[in-house]
Parts: sequence; C-alpha cells; structure tokens
Amino acid sequence: MVSAEGTVQQGRLRPQQEGDKKNILDRIGYLCLYLILILAAAFQIFPLVWLFFFSLKSNHEVFHLPPLALPTNPRWENYVKVWNVGKIDVYFMNSVIVTVSATVATLILGSLVTYAITRMRWRGSSFVLGLFMVAMMIPVHSTLIPLFSMYNQAGLIDRHLSLIISYIAFNMPVTIMILLGFYYALPREIEEAAVIDGCSVNRMFFRIILPMTTSVLMTTAIINMIYNWNEFIFVNTFISTNELKTLTVGVQNFIGQYMTDWGAIGATLMISVLPVLVAYLFLSDRIVEGIAAGSIKG
Amino acid sequence: MDRVMSNKWVIAAYVLPALLLILVVVYIPIILTGYFGLHEWNGIGAMKFIGLEQYKTLIQDGKFWDSALHSFLLAVFSTLSLILYMIVAMVLASRIKGANTFRKIYLIPMLLSSVAIAQLWLKVYHPTNGILNSLLVSLGVPNPPAWLSDSSIVLYAIFIPILWQYAGFYILIYYAALKNIPETLIEAARIDGANALQIAWKIKLPLVMEVFKVTIVLAVIGSLKYFDLIYIMTGGGPNGASEVMASYMYRIAFNIYDFGYASAVGFFLLVISLVATFIIRKLTATKEKIEYA
Repeated sequence: MVSAEGTVQQGRLRPQQEGDKKNILDRIGYLCLYLILILAAAFQIFPLVWLFFFSLKSNHEVFHLPPLALPTNPRWENYVKVWNVGKIDVYFMNSVIVTVSATVATLILGSLVTYAITRMRWRGSSFVLGLFMVAMMIPVHSTLIPLFSMYNQAGLIDRHLSLIISYIAFNMPVTIMILLGFYYALPREIEEAAVIDGCSVNRMFFRIILPMTTSVLMTTAIINMIYNWNEFIFVNTFISTNELKTLTVGVQNFIGQYMTDWGAIGATLMISVLPVLVAYLFLSDRIVEGIAAGSIKG
Repeated sequence: MDRVMSNKWVIAAYVLPALLLILVVVYIPIILTGYFGLHEWNGIGAMKFIGLEQYKTLIQDGKFWDSALHSFLLAVFSTLSLILYMIVAMVLASRIKGANTFRKIYLIPMLLSSVAIAQLWLKVYHPTNGILNSLLVSLGVPNPPAWLSDSSIVLYAIFIPILWQYAGFYILIYYAALKNIPETLIEAARIDGANALQIAWKIKLPLVMEVFKVTIVLAVIGSLKYFDLIYIMTGGGPNGASEVMASYMYRIAFNIYDFGYASAVGFFLLVISLVATFIIRKLTATKEKIEYA
C-alpha cells in the first residue's frame, strides 16, 4: 500500500518523464515477447507450410530450387494423381468408417457408464470408476501382443472390427473423464421431477439427460475423432490387407512405394491431414477445450 | 426416487458393456502379457512354459537396456522441455494481445497423425534436400550432418519433432492453469511492488505447481511408451541408436516373431510405467495444500 501511494506521488511530481521512460521500456519488452511468440508460431507451422509447398512441386523443382521457393507453377495434378493411383480414396473411406463407428459407440457407452456412476446409487460405483481411470495409465504397447493373439483367435485380424473395439476401449477412460464433471453438475431436481411424473430411468436418460449433454458430447466426439483418425499402431498391427488400411498406415505404405516422388508424398500427406486441419479451423475452441479437459483433472 | 435410481438391472445394462470392453481389451491383455512372458512362443505354434527364463534374458540383454536408456533420456528431455513450455505459457497468459491465436497455432502439430509428422520431419532432415541442411549449406556450413543416420545425434534429432509435436498441448494446459489464478492476487502483488519476474516466480509458479507435477507424470509416461515417430522415422536405427523400449518390443514381436520374449519386454514396460508414475507422484507430493486465499 505504501509503495502504491509512493508511485502515485512520484507520478504527480514528474508525470511526463517517468511515464515516458517506463512506456518505452515496456514497449521494448513487449516487442521482444511478441517476437519470441511469433518465432515460436513460425516454428510450429513452418514445416506444414513447407509440406504444402512441395506438394505442388515437381521433383525437379524440389531438388533444384531453394527449399523456400514458391512452386513456380503449382502442380495441383499431384493431388489428383495420388488420389487416383494411391488408393487414397479407399484409405480415406476406411478411416471414415472406423473413426465414425468407434466414436459413436464410445460416446453412447461412455454416456451410459458416466450416468450410472454419477447419478445412480450402487455399491462399487467408485471402484468401477477407478478401473476406468487406472486404464489410462496403461501403455497400449503392453496390451498389443495379447490383443493380437486374441483377435487372431476370434478371427478379427484384418477386420475393421478389431480396430473399432480397441479404439472404443482405449478412448473410454478419457471420454468418461470429460463427461464426468458435466454429469456431476446436473441438478438433482430434474430427476426428482421426472421420477415423480412416473418416468423410467431409460426414458429419463435418453429423453432428458442425453439431450442436455449435447455440447459436451460434441467436444468429446471431436477429441475421439482426432485420436481415431490419427491412430497408427493398432492399424499397423491388426490390418494387413491393403484395401482395409486406414489413411495413416495406407499413406505410410504408399510413401514407402513412391519414396522418390516428393510432390506425390507431399500431396498424400496434405490429403491425410486436411480433414483435421479444416475441422480445427472451424471448431478450434471446442477442440482446445476438449484437449484441455481430457488431459488433466488430477 | 431411491428405488428408481438404484435399479440393479438398469445399472448393469448401463455399466456392463463398457466395463466388459475395457476388461477384455485392457485388463486381461496386461495379465496375459505377463503370462506370455513366461513362455517360449512364436505367436503361432504351441506355447512352451519356461518360467522366468525370458525375464532373466531381459536382465542380461544389453540391447534392451540401451533402449531403456534412450527411453529414459527422452523422459529427461521431455521433462526439461516443460520448463520452456511453462515460460511460453506465462508470456501468453500475461494479457498479451492475440494470446488465443498463438495458443491455437502452437497446438496444430498435436492434431497431425504420427505418419504425417514423421514423413514431414524426414523431409526436413533429408541429408541433401532437407530444409535444415539446405539452410546450413546456404549459411556456409560445408558438411552438415546426416541427422538421422548418425548414431551419435539421432536421438537428439528425433527429440526435436517430439518437442514440436507436444508444445501446444503443454502450453495449453499451463495457460489454462495460469488463467485460473485470481487476478486480484497478482494485482495485490503488483501494488506491493513486485515486478513481473517476481510475480511469475513467487506467485504464479507455486500456484500452478500442482498442474506442473501432473504434466511431469504425463511427459515421463508418454516418453516411456513413445513409439510412433521413432518407428516410422528411423526404425530404431542406425544400429539401435534410437531404439526405445516400445520400438524394441514391437520389432521383437512383429519382425522376429518372438512373442514370448516381446511379451516379457511389454510386461516390463508396463511395470516401469506404473513404478515411474508412483515414484513421481511420491516425489512431487505436496505437503501442504496451497489455497488461493
């Protein structure tokens, strides 16, 4: 308090000079911070921009022009070429099928469990919640060999179902974690009123509670979709037929075959990351919120 | 009300599908991994019980310990890089204009698939046409290194894309935590004459320490099971110089088809992850709870 008054007094005594000096120093500091932030931002997106550039170049341009040069004559045909030749359309559809079905199933099952844990009364609910939360600590790799062997015996190797089941299970903990806070916060009165009106639990859940969670479900859905869309190790392990691969692994294979055509590689990669980037462009607030909510809650 | 909300059939119907799924896909497999590790098995033929032999081999396997060391180094790098992320988050959270935009740009790499990131950085590191070496040559460096095929630097080279990939994620977490600090607290410190650095060090940092500790666990666990980028970019090479525990396990299982030994490695990976979590939690446990009052 004392020093605050002091500043005020000083300010009153020499208003102009003090203020100017402080202002300039502040501005320089501010500019430096900005410069650092901008450099960091450039570092974060630059490789991607460069990727976009070389997706529009021919090998000749890639190898003989400086790496930062704009493509002299953008070769959009690189995209058409890889889409047609590289089975990218097939991989793309596989990714859509697996991602969407796993996400929908995760949301439904996750909502049901979260509802039962947070709103219904039963012994063992905290134990069950604990089982889901501990599962988050388990490295995927430690489950890989048994899963491979189990799916093999069940005839699920080389089936999309093996991926869908795995994605649902491994995304379940994070999904429940995001939903949990929201469900806890729902007011009890809704249920009381519904029960008094003679509403069954099922009806209450599907007609009243689930619609109320639409916004958090959206967030959860986006997080699930990004994870599923980008998943690598399960596809690489469980799927061996080319026609069944998803975009991540399919792209990797395609690149393996055409290692030398940088333009084609760039175009393939751009196609594989574009859906996520476009989604981010429109839904970035929700995605940011979802990643924050899904990563940390103690 | 109570009768309706504790209807056993409804509870079972709501909980069992998801519970069965994680039991079958997560919990049973980790038990099986330990069990498979007691056998000699190529994944197809009959399993032969050999007791703790695989685990004994593991303890004497120099290649495994090299990969464990690399995983450990990654964990150390990742933990250190958290400091950098914290600084950026502090800058962003100090009422900088456009903080949201910066935060969103930083997060972009996190959204890309590991294949895209790996291929992208393979091109960045390409010895002759990569952007890095082209830049170095134009700056007058005569013989820039072949980043990914030089066993003495490959691990550091691999670390840069990892740093790049997760920067936005940790910055986002720290930013959210910093924004949670009541403005009045910082205002009070400012009135008491604290400068920006003092406020950051003495007030903000202690208040986000809990979150910082959680991210240490995340970073260490994440590093111990790190796989995708290394597998795609170097395959653990050259000559095992970038091999980590997960990639070692994967190659033994799916290239050499020694499922028994790979299971032992997988089980060890699980145990190390759980022990590491436990140790870090113990080491970083707060003795007194910090309150915002």
